[in-house]
Amino acid sequence: MTDLIRLNDVEKSYVRGKEKITIFDKLNLHFEAGDFVAVMGPSGSGKTTLLNLLGGTDRPDKGAIEFEGQPIEKLSEGKLTAWRSANVGFIFQFYNLMPILNAAQNVELPLLLTRLSPAKRRENVATALKIVGLEDRARHRPREMSGGQQQRVAIARAIVSDPKLLLCDEPTGDLDRTTADEILSTLQVLNRDLGKTIVMVTHDAEAAKFAKRVLHLDKGRFDERELAA
Amino acid sequence: MNDLTLMRKNLFRKPMRTTLLLISIFIAFLMFGVMVSFDRAISNFSTLPTRMVTMSRINFTETLPIAHYDSVARTEGVAVATHTNWFGGYYRDPAKGFLPVFAVEPESYLKVYADDLRIPAAQRETFLKDRTAMLVPEAIAKRLQWHVGQRIPLNSNIYSQADGSHTWAFTLAGIIPPGPTGSRANNVLIRYDYFNETISFGRDRIGWVAFLTTSAKLNDKVAHAIDARFANSSDETSTQDEAAFTKGFTAQFGDIALVVTLVVGAAFAAILLIVGTTMALAVRERTREVGVMKTLGFSSGRILRMVLGESLLLALLGGGLGLLGADGLLALLAKIGGGRGSPIEFAPSVIGWAALIALVLGLITGFAPALGAYRMRITDAFGRR
Repeated sequence: MTDLIRLNDVEKSYVRGKEKITIFDKLNLHFEAGDFVAVMGPSGSGKTTLLNLLGGTDRPDKGAIEFEGQPIEKLSEGKLTAWRSANVGFIFQFYNLMPILNAAQNVELPLLLTRLSPAKRRENVATALKIVGLEDRARHRPREMSGGQQQRVAIARAIVSDPKLLLCDEPTGDLDRTTADEILSTLQVLNRDLGKTIVMVTHDAEAAKFAKRVLHLDKGRFDERELAA
Repeated sequence: MNDLTLMRKNLFRKPMRTTLLLISIFIAFLMFGVMVSFDRAISNFSTLPTRMVTMSRINFTETLPIAHYDSVARTEGVAVATHTNWFGGYYRDPAKGFLPVFAVEPESYLKVYADDLRIPAAQRETFLKDRTAMLVPEAIAKRLQWHVGQRIPLNSNIYSQADGSHTWAFTLAGIIPPGPTGSRANNVLIRYDYFNETISFGRDRIGWVAFLTTSAKLNDKVAHAIDARFANSSDETSTQDEAAFTKGFTAQFGDIALVVTLVVGAAFAAILLIVGTTMALAVRERTREVGVMKTLGFSSGRILRMVLGESLLLALLGGGLGLLGADGLLALLAKIGGGRGSPIEFAPSVIGWAALIALVLGLITGFAPALGAYRMRITDAFGRR
């Protein structure tokens, strides 16, 4: 398989008060197209920072991030935003749906950034909702749906523009076991049948079992043996 | 769905809050519409550059001897002159039926105010021939359901007849078509000769003389000549062009323009603070949503435009409703007034100013929250819960 995204000698640190906190120091990492990786680690290990770097919502201090061989870390804000909308889908722990919009409108949101006609947008929204099994809830607002259903809407929103990479930040962290397993199964289907590359950050060892491989992160460093595997 | 849908839905996500904001903007623009229309109505009146007025030097409520009229009419540079008396009329009930009635010399009056009074020829002839004839503005005739040829009793709360009666009977000779705001087309006209013969006091006295000069360039010279002639007499005069006369008349109400500016300015300043603070709060509540939108690929510029658009939508909606309210209120007042004096009409020029104010209001109140949303980093948006 070819690399979808690659991090080369990435350094990232934050300043908190007068203290400089180093998250990553010369991190080298790559994810192949079609992979489904669970990233585990204690709080503060750098999991969310990794997702932010992979998704272009944050930039490295040093080093390079390549997507399909093209560097993205030096793209202008506008180009990086456009790249993100075309290539990356995000799934959050707390769903982050717009309460003022119904399910279909929430899913349609990323398509407002495309040149698709309203009719084509509606078609794509219907397809995405069908994939997550919520075609009959299109007109329901988030508050009218369960947590699991809201997360399915969030997944539909993440895949509606057909991105290659899905970044999931604790996608089942707010759900009961049964619902969590249903969501994880849906992610497996997206990976297996639609070829989506998925990077999932989780604290949950049960959730990690749904991934093809698991990487453990601690203090900004991955387990070298897992990386080599 | 498009950006406008998002703006609209965001604006009305808390209907009670948005409704209260709209009401506050509505009230400010209602005041603006009514007060500016009032200001326009009293400052924009129908006049001619050659039309002048001679009145008592004391004030316009003091009368002058009729001889002054003849003297003014013969002054070099005066083309045609007329005279007017305030009758102080009402119809049946003085509390409800106040009417702006003036006793005039018919032939000369219709010449001096030919630009204001476009009366059908036949009705004009009747007014000139019949001593008891009366001309009535269309609005008053409609309100009181009067028709041409009808005998109508009018009362004066100033004058009385020799028998002690305050009631005169007039024949409605003609209907005066509506004229521009502030024109004489809003006044009821009766004949001076009939009035002068029947009053028990104040006979052969007139309220003021109005005249046209042969050229506006002669106005100062004519005014000086008239006032000099009556200087040191028992009835000294003050002569000025009609615009100055009317301005002087309205000045007794105070500096309307200053009052409008201060009141409306204070209202808008208060609205600015209220709406600005509320918009900032509303956008701050949506910090996480702004972060989500940026994550999904909405550019900072687009989000800035959407927040600004939201505040503009609010200001324009509230402003538009306020102007509609002002228009409706003025129409209602005109209807209730039914031609008592010159009606205050909604000034169309208010719309342009109001649109500009709403635009500025929307931009100012939306600027800070829009800039905050523009600058917001995605990582910070998710860090703040």
